[in-house]
Amino acid sequence: MKGKQPGTPDVYGLMAEFHTPHEVVEAAHKVRAAGYSAIDGFSPYPIEELSEALGTHRSALPRIVLGGGIFGLLAGWGLEYWASVIEYPFNIGGRPFNSWPAFIVPAYETTILFAAFGAVLGMLALNGLPEPYHPVFNVPSFALATRDKFFICIEAKDPKFDRVETRRFLETLSGEVHEVDH
Amino acid sequence: MSSAPIRQDTHQTEHDRLIAPGHDFGTVTDTISQIVLQRRTPLGWVLGFCISFAVLQLLLLAIVMLLFKGIGVWGVRIPVGWGFDIINFVWWIGIGHAGTLISAILLLLRQEWRTSINRFAEAMTLFAVSCAAFYPIFHTGRPWLAIYWLFPYPNTMGLWPNFRSPLIWDVFAVSTYATCSALFWFVGLIPDLATLRDRAKSKPWKIVYGILAMGWRGSARHWHNYETAYLLLAGLATPLVVSVHTVVSFDFATGIVPGWHATIFPPYFVAGAIYAGFAMVLTLAIPLRKFYKLEDFITLKHLENMAKVMLATGLIVAYGYMMEAFMGWYSGNKYERFMIWNRMTGPYWWAYWSLILCNVVSPNLLWIKNLRTSVPFLFGISFVVSIGMWLERFVIIVTSLHRDFLPSSWGMYAGTRWDWAAFIGTLGLFFTLLFLFVRFLPAISIFEMRTILPGAAGVEESK
Repeated sequence: MKGKQPGTPDVYGLMAEFHTPHEVVEAAHKVRAAGYSAIDGFSPYPIEELSEALGTHRSALPRIVLGGGIFGLLAGWGLEYWASVIEYPFNIGGRPFNSWPAFIVPAYETTILFAAFGAVLGMLALNGLPEPYHPVFNVPSFALATRDKFFICIEAKDPKFDRVETRRFLETLSGEVHEVDH
Repeated sequence: MSSAPIRQDTHQTEHDRLIAPGHDFGTVTDTISQIVLQRRTPLGWVLGFCISFAVLQLLLLAIVMLLFKGIGVWGVRIPVGWGFDIINFVWWIGIGHAGTLISAILLLLRQEWRTSINRFAEAMTLFAVSCAAFYPIFHTGRPWLAIYWLFPYPNTMGLWPNFRSPLIWDVFAVSTYATCSALFWFVGLIPDLATLRDRAKSKPWKIVYGILAMGWRGSARHWHNYETAYLLLAGLATPLVVSVHTVVSFDFATGIVPGWHATIFPPYFVAGAIYAGFAMVLTLAIPLRKFYKLEDFITLKHLENMAKVMLATGLIVAYGYMMEAFMGWYSGNKYERFMIWNRMTGPYWWAYWSLILCNVVSPNLLWIKNLRTSVPFLFGISFVVSIGMWLERFVIIVTSLHRDFLPSSWGMYAGTRWDWAAFIGTLGLFFTLLFLFVRFLPAISIFEMRTILPGAAGVEESK
């Protein structure tokens, strides 16, 4: 992040460390109440209350999965219809070319297949993964975010962010506040 | 990590806790990840892996022999044109079902006890499906010439598969099942791979786990999408549990063969699959918890619950056998009647009655609580059930085919040594993959174990 306008802080943000899930959820409420918006929380396992406290919006994922499912259904059905009716109509035991009851099974499977791909690829896309580099990993103790520690990060791009003031505010919530380098 | 409040639940006895007291986020993480990250490979692992890998060579030998000589090295002859290949295919596919049931249906039903067994049950599913896939591919004799009627792709002959055939349904069902199971398993692994990345001491492993974790950092926003994806995948995998073995049973039920042409096949196959699958999960869980000292996480409660599922599905299977016999008589069809009578008293009577002993009589011992909570007994009965379910497929396939409509076309069937080599070889493949899995990936889902610890909720629990 070089070549930024003068005056902008050259840190990614400030990060506060917590020891219990209750502390981090409580702190998240206070950070939001203080008017910060460019914030994120980190935890070793999903905490519903933390996502809520940080103001996470409804996930777009269900719609992606529905789209994947509908596409899979049409693709599976289309393949069967095209192969059996248009491309190579072939009389097998006097069955109609469009034997739709028999076509249900493969179309059902492709529906699930594409919906599942929608769920996985959609989740990764919405989360911006894979992401080879992220500044939060520059905080040495952040390795514990995948073990037993909880973190809240206020990013420098937040309009209310001030390197000194924000630090002072975070110190009222947590004993350990770290600067996050780019 | 004493700062995390640990609520010691005093009402819980040893028999009904899901996790031993005294654990917190740190100890759960360390205990499970240490199995993977420890430098020294346990001697028992090396020994087990070497044996499995040696047995796997038998599969390669069987494949070479099959491709070199042709399908004649197997024991399949008219009238028994389906033998070990389909018996073992159905057996392996069935075993896989427990993994999906545990990961999907029990998740939707909020059964917390699934948490410490879901990861390796899912791995078991993947490896069992890999073993199953061997049979339909190689029973064609020359697989590279047979793909055009199995998979729809533009080929030089301009031909397309017959989508009205249950064999094509099977291709779609099994490949979708394998793909979805792999996706589900991998998504579940992402946060744990990040844990391994952050805890690995050596640089190469940090890089490997780092690449696989794809930059996961446990962000609350990510968890939100992640949880949604996980639930949706569970919802999508649920119909798969029911549909895959249903479609497998269609391979039989749509054929006009006495002993196969029955409407009870789909539900009875699905119940049998779950029954066999839980037996295999027990076969694997009991040594795993013993050798890696995971009794704190895979408790007696887990084993007992699995035994209960086995008992319930075993009773459904018993009902299936009863209905088969009843319909054989009640149909009034002389071929049906002959088929069931021949099954019980014909040349394969020993297979039928061993099957009844293994699958109908023995699971009823699980009604007794002392037996249900005895680890050696459960280990033993899991083998009995696995053998019983193998015999079930043998009885369904061989006894239905070996007496054709006309006595002039009667015959007998037995697997040849190459049939056995291929079967034992797939066991080698299965255990080789499992050994690699427990060494390099966390066999218990670490992040899900954290969620069931007391004090894991984001708000203070009310007194």
